[in-house]
Amino acid sequence: MHDPAAARTPVLETRDLSKNFGGLRATRNVSLSLHRNELHAIIGPNGAGKSTLVNLLAGEFRPSAGTILLEGRDVTGLTNWRRTRAGIARSFQRTNIFLPLSARENVRLAAQAKTGTLASLRGRAAGAVSLVAAADQAIERAGLTGSRDRIAGELSHGEQRQLEIAMTLATEPGVLLLDEPLAGMGQEEGERIAALLKDLSRDHAVLLIEHDMDFVFKVADIMTVLVEGAVLATGTPQDVRRNAAVQAAYLGGHA
Amino acid sequence: MTSDTRLLPHSRNGWLMLTAGAVALAIAPQFLPLYYVELGTSALIAAMLALSMQVLVGATGLVSLGHGAFYGLAAYTVYLVSPESAAQPMWLTLPLAMAVAGLAAFLVGLLSIRTSGFFFLMVTLAFGQMIFFIFHDTKLGGGTDGAYLGKPLISAFGATFDLPRRQRPLGIYYVALIQLMLMYAGLALLLKTLFGRALEGIKVNEHRMRAIGYDTYTIKLIAFTLAGSLAGAAGHMWALHRGFVNPEIVGWHQSAEALLMILLGGLGSLHGPILGALALTGLGEATQVLTEVSKAPYVPEKIAALLRLLGERKLLVEGLVILAVVIMLPRGLAGIGSKRLDKSGGGHA
Repeated sequence: MHDPAAARTPVLETRDLSKNFGGLRATRNVSLSLHRNELHAIIGPNGAGKSTLVNLLAGEFRPSAGTILLEGRDVTGLTNWRRTRAGIARSFQRTNIFLPLSARENVRLAAQAKTGTLASLRGRAAGAVSLVAAADQAIERAGLTGSRDRIAGELSHGEQRQLEIAMTLATEPGVLLLDEPLAGMGQEEGERIAALLKDLSRDHAVLLIEHDMDFVFKVADIMTVLVEGAVLATGTPQDVRRNAAVQAAYLGGHA
Repeated sequence: MTSDTRLLPHSRNGWLMLTAGAVALAIAPQFLPLYYVELGTSALIAAMLALSMQVLVGATGLVSLGHGAFYGLAAYTVYLVSPESAAQPMWLTLPLAMAVAGLAAFLVGLLSIRTSGFFFLMVTLAFGQMIFFIFHDTKLGGGTDGAYLGKPLISAFGATFDLPRRQRPLGIYYVALIQLMLMYAGLALLLKTLFGRALEGIKVNEHRMRAIGYDTYTIKLIAFTLAGSLAGAAGHMWALHRGFVNPEIVGWHQSAEALLMILLGGLGSLHGPILGALALTGLGEATQVLTEVSKAPYVPEKIAALLRLLGERKLLVEGLVILAVVIMLPRGLAGIGSKRLDKSGGGHA
């Protein structure tokens, strides 16, 4: 059903990626590969460098060393907006949306980003039917259709988290970097997001950062454990669960 | 279907009121003494400057203190290209003044747009003052004293509008009014484009705009350059109106005054700055009237003294009124009566 050769070529790959903040080595020689049709979770204790890694991949931070390859192309030097246009979209740990605008306009803006700056001067917003359609599709996929005309700032916390995801989807990315999409969500909402993430990983390479271990073990295809900025272990959830070093360093009695 | 920009009227009534305002501005000079027509022209030019600045402040969320410099630079451009005794035609001076102001804004923007918030304010202030000192400290435009433009002031398409002295102010008033209306219409169209939507996104949350793939630097640079060249149109009109340039019009307080007009009229609408400019000009005039009234024989001495006190402190009165408006009308003069409309969902679909 799925071409294994294509699955083996990583969509996003890092090679010896490092980031230092002064004396702090937040990311140390991280090499990992994200594949399409694969949900890759990054776990690790607080301060392990998970968010730094997302920021490096999204182009928010310049790495101190190492390279980032997108479909084999070196994108290390690209700034955040160019990375997004190249196909790497990220959501934020702390909800980062356009609060006074409608949910639909939030997502429509994300869909519009690919229209070049000069082309945007010629295009009337009211005539941009295809952008609205693209936005509605992303909204539907994120399960937010019922609330799409509401002002983003008035949505519930859970809906705002879904809006975050809808916005990243609307940029038509190949890679989704989701930084704690569950943050602050209830049990029931969590189930919904789990199903959504599974669905998204069918046609995207998904990198997920999440604290909730039960959730991660349930949805992840591959897991990477970060400790003090470095990769401690990578493997399937079963591998990671059995890994002695991981148990000692992080999972404790969980497994 | 798509939400429209929030800077334009949300309803048919809003547009009707705007049209009524434009008609009132068009017929008012027919009923006013020439002194007030000239004052009106000054207000319209101030409105052009404030409107051009709204492209930055209200539409993009950029507060610049260098904006007035582009206005002054354009006025000096008119002076510098006009020979002693004949006016250059407007079809030459207007595009030239706008181009010079726009080019200056582009260069300043290249170097300042990467900064934000307080630093942007300071960098634009520094560049603005550099332009100020070019005219203040060199003989280029008459130095600190300024210089007079040759007369007649307005000419176009080979014909000079060498109107009789009593009608000249009317001519200039209408030239200014037409430019203001065109500027508003042009900006309204701009805000309705996808580019306008991107500006709003940057105003609301620039970081998120970059994260979803917008080149916010270029977008802001375009807005900054456009605003600068529109300020140039205002400065050009100022030169034609006053027939005089001096370094004052290049200084940073031009920017500050335009900011006050935006604050007074309303940050959240495109027509707010126009209202603010008219109101602030009227307010300045009203403080003069206080002094006049204090001289009337039937005014009790104590009240006359108070009126004189206020009349002599024009800036104090202006400051107090602006403070009161900002506190009582957070959305400025343009926000009066529109609250209810918004609550009932004035087109935010």
